[in-house]
Parts: sequence; C-alpha cells; structure tokens
Amino acid sequence: MRKAAAIAYAALLYGFIFLPVAMLILFSFQGSQVPVPPFNGPSLKWYQAILSDSRLTVALLNSIAVAILSSLVAVVLGFLAAWGFARFSLKWPGFWKAVITLPLTVSYLIIGMGLLIFFNGLGLPKSLFALGIAHVVINMPLCFAIILSQMTANQANIERAARDLGARDWQVLVLITAPMLWPALFASFFLAVTFSWDEFIMAFLLTRFDTTLPVEIWNLLKGGLSPRTNAVGALVFAVSVILAIVFELVAFRKRNT
Amino acid sequence: MNALAAVGSLTMRYGPTAALDDVSLTIAAGSYTVLLGPSGSGKTTLLSILGGFLQPTSGSVTIKGEDCTMMPPARRPTATVFQDYALFPHMTVGDNVGFGLRMRGVERSARDEKARAMLATVGLPDAFARKPHQLSGGQRQRVALARALVVEPQLLLLDEPLGALDLKLRRQMQDELKSLQQRVGTAFVHVTHDQEEAMALADHIVVMNKGRIEDQGPPQRVYANPRTAFAASFMGESTLIPVASPVAVKLKAKGQVALRPEHIEIVSAGGNLGPAKIEGIVYQGSFIRIQARSLDDLALVFAIRTGTELAVAIGDTVNLAVAPRHVMELGG
Repeated sequence: MRKAAAIAYAALLYGFIFLPVAMLILFSFQGSQVPVPPFNGPSLKWYQAILSDSRLTVALLNSIAVAILSSLVAVVLGFLAAWGFARFSLKWPGFWKAVITLPLTVSYLIIGMGLLIFFNGLGLPKSLFALGIAHVVINMPLCFAIILSQMTANQANIERAARDLGARDWQVLVLITAPMLWPALFASFFLAVTFSWDEFIMAFLLTRFDTTLPVEIWNLLKGGLSPRTNAVGALVFAVSVILAIVFELVAFRKRNT
Repeated sequence: MNALAAVGSLTMRYGPTAALDDVSLTIAAGSYTVLLGPSGSGKTTLLSILGGFLQPTSGSVTIKGEDCTMMPPARRPTATVFQDYALFPHMTVGDNVGFGLRMRGVERSARDEKARAMLATVGLPDAFARKPHQLSGGQRQRVALARALVVEPQLLLLDEPLGALDLKLRRQMQDELKSLQQRVGTAFVHVTHDQEEAMALADHIVVMNKGRIEDQGPPQRVYANPRTAFAASFMGESTLIPVASPVAVKLKAKGQVALRPEHIEIVSAGGNLGPAKIEGIVYQGSFIRIQARSLDDLALVFAIRTGTELAVAIGDTVNLAVAPRHVMELGG
C-alpha cells in the first residue's frame, strides 16, 4: 500500500516536471498546422521546415559558435584564476574568491543590463561578440569553482617536481597542471556550453540582427503557436540533454589515478 | 675532503620562530649525507633550501663553487625525490623519466633511450610503457629516483624517500639506495627520522634538533661518541647519567655521560656502575632488554641489552659495569 502510494507520488512528480516537455516533443511530430490535440502524426515535416529555414539554421550555428568560444574562454580564465588561488598566497583569499564567484548569484537580467549599459558607453554595438563576453562573465565563475575544487596540495608537489626538472611556468601549466585537471576542465567546459546554449535574457538584450537560437524561437513564438516552434524546442532540449549526459559522465566518472 | 656543496650560516625564520638557526654544513662529492632528526628539527627545511624551493632568511648555499642561494630549482645542479614521489599521473613511466631531458631539449629517441637505461639501473627495466598508478609503492619510488637521476644532478636530494613504504620494503629499498648511490657516484642528501635507516645509509650523519645541528660526522663516530645528550639519545637507546649523580661520581665523570645499552654488563660482584634492581625485562628475539634502577641513585634507570641466555628475573639485584672506553662524555 505504502509502496503504491510512493509510486503514485513519484509518477505525479515526474509527470509534473516532464509532461510539458513530453507534450512539446510529441506535438513537434504533429501532422496538422496547430500543436494541440488530437495528435495526428507522426510527421517529420516540421523538422524538415525548420532545417530548411535559413534564419533558424543560422541562429543554430550562432548558438553553437557563441557557446563553444565563450566556454573555451571561460574555462581558460577560470583555470588560470583557480591556479592562482591554489598555488599562490593572497591577502584575504576568501574575500577575493567570493568576488570572483559573485556573478553566480546575480540574476542574468541584472548582469545583462549592466553589460548593455557598459558596452553602450564603450561604443561596442549589440552583437554576438558582446553576447560572448556576457557568457564568459556568467560562466567563468562556474568554471573557476569547479576547477578550484579539484586542485590539491599533491598536485602542487607534482608541479614542483616539474619545475625542479627544468619546466618553466607555462610548461608546467600546459604539460602538467592542465592534463592532471583534464576531467575538471572538460566538465566545466560542458557545463558552460549547456548554460550558454540555453541562455535567453542576455542574448535578447545584447544581440540585434545576428542572434542565437533561443531569441529566434522567441521571435517565432510571437507569430503564434506552431508545431515548428515545438520542433525547434525539441531540438534545443535534445542538445541540452546530450550535453548534460556528457557532463555527468565526465564529472562523476571515477578517476583511476 | 672534496667539498661539492656548502651551506653557510643558514637561518630560516617564519615570524618569531626559527626553523633553521645558523646552520653550516659541507657536503663531499660522492658522499651519502643523511639529515636525521625528529619532525620540526629543520631537516626538511634545510633540504628545501638546498633544492631551491625555499629562500633562506640569511646565509648562503654554494654548489660547485657557485652561489646558488637565490637560484630557482630548475637552474640548480640538484634534483629532488619527493616524499610522495610526485610522479606525473597522466604520463607513462618512460615520459616521467624523460621529462627532465625533454625540458633540456633532448629529442625523443635520445631521451627514451636514456630513460630506458636509467629504469634498468634502478631495477625497473620493463616499466617504460606503464602508468604510475599501475605500479606499487616501491616501484614508484624507483621511478622517482630514475626521473631525478637521469638529468645527472651533482646533488640528489631525497625527502623521506622511504617514509611511505612498509618496514620490510623500507629495509630492502634502503640497501638498494646505498648500492645505487655507489654505482652512480652522485652525492645524495637524504632526510629521515629513522636512525637505523640513517646509520645504514650514511657516510656522514647530521643530527638535527630545533633548527640546529646537534652533531655531525661518520655514523660510527656519532653513535659511539655523540657530542650532545640529544644526539646520544636520538642515535639509539642510551642511559644518561647527570653529572650530579652518585653513579657519575663513581665513574669519575667530568660531565654528563651516556651509556649504550649493549655496553652495560651484568657482573657477579663489584662493578663501576654499582648495584641495581631489575624492574623490567622485555624479550626481543635475538636479545633481551632490561630496565634496572640504580640503588645508589633512585632517579637513574639503566637501559641494558643482553643475550637471551642470561637468567634474571624482575626484582633481582644485579651489579652493573661498563668498560671505561665505552663511557660517552657529552658536551653541551
């Protein structure tokens, strides 16, 4: 009896979370013009439609480019910052760590607005480049925190050994530190890509003509519900799921060293 | 003595505390020097200063006539074997050993060849393609040795290299270290808190305590005739007899003296150490350890080591003697 209740509760909970997504995906295979019951599919015509819509495919490529490039920069900056904190003594390290990770707690809207005003003052136009900078701002603290958590005193000793054998600072970083932290670097990169891929508010504020997929979906939605928005949404969701799986595999894989 | 390296008046302060206090030491070419002391004695600090990982507050480090005091580790003719081995976990054993040569611009085939040769020297001819995590503790130790030796340092620095190994392996590796050092001829400086290890390995023992050198010299001399009470007790068990004790008066000692347990004899009558009552007997296999309280000085307990054939029991009164040449007169 208790078991049945527990199962029912779990079913309700998961249903509450995933039913909207399930409906979205289901009606992306809708055969007719409107994504409402009754379902008369399955049909792949909406997927065909979005993949032949150049605005959507350009937005898709923009999203990928912004996600990958901004995440690379965020990982490199986060890695260097974490290395600095782990290997050099600093006055008030707790305070400076808090300052670096602060953007994690501030809403994207506030950071986006701040950057919009700042870029305006600089004369930097709304663009994918501006958006990329914004994504570095929000993802760098995350990468920093993940990478710092994986740095140990034992690694500091290994770096010392490399220096003793003649390695310069950059050789230590490239040949020793980065390879030792490879799982953390990889995991933080994928998490950053996931966040950049899904991010709407900053993309809305900071881009104009060339924009990313979330903004393009929003544009589509302004024209009313259509199975094609469902199809785009399903694709975005699928990519997020894949990225999340890769992140889990890398971040929680048991290290064998 | 052919001096390879020297440290002069080294002092290392952390705030008000001195980890090293005016330490001077000379290291001979081809020698095996062991820095022996308890934790906090400054032995590891001294090794770190020799390796260039720490800069002393004052004093100098000279290696091969060159002032290295402020020189970074990479530019010194030293190489260090770290306590936890500090192998590069993502590289093969061969790449670990070849790393120093790679940093010196030696091309791949040449450095692989040297790495293989050095691995054979340390007794790991087949480990080249393996990863460090596939090796046992003793094997990792050998890889760390090979990695440091392949760059042909003038001075090899070993920071408690056997500390992480179990006792049996430690004694075995200790013999191998000694024979390796004799084969390659490099001067080794080895830090340990294990006096047996120190005596087995060293040509030159440096006994340290609280940032100072208590005594230094060949192990036989430091064991048989230590300069200070600390050196006497740290180099092995001993009975310290204060100058004011009636027993010291009987021995006609001019100052504080120490006796090694194997030098105290149980005699049938007389004896220059007087009578003592046995308070403890511990069977140790090849010998027995006896604790006996002097009847002339109740504050004094003798530590005695004797053969297992001796028939004595707790509570017996025995007469103790020591040969005058075995009475160790201590300074300071």
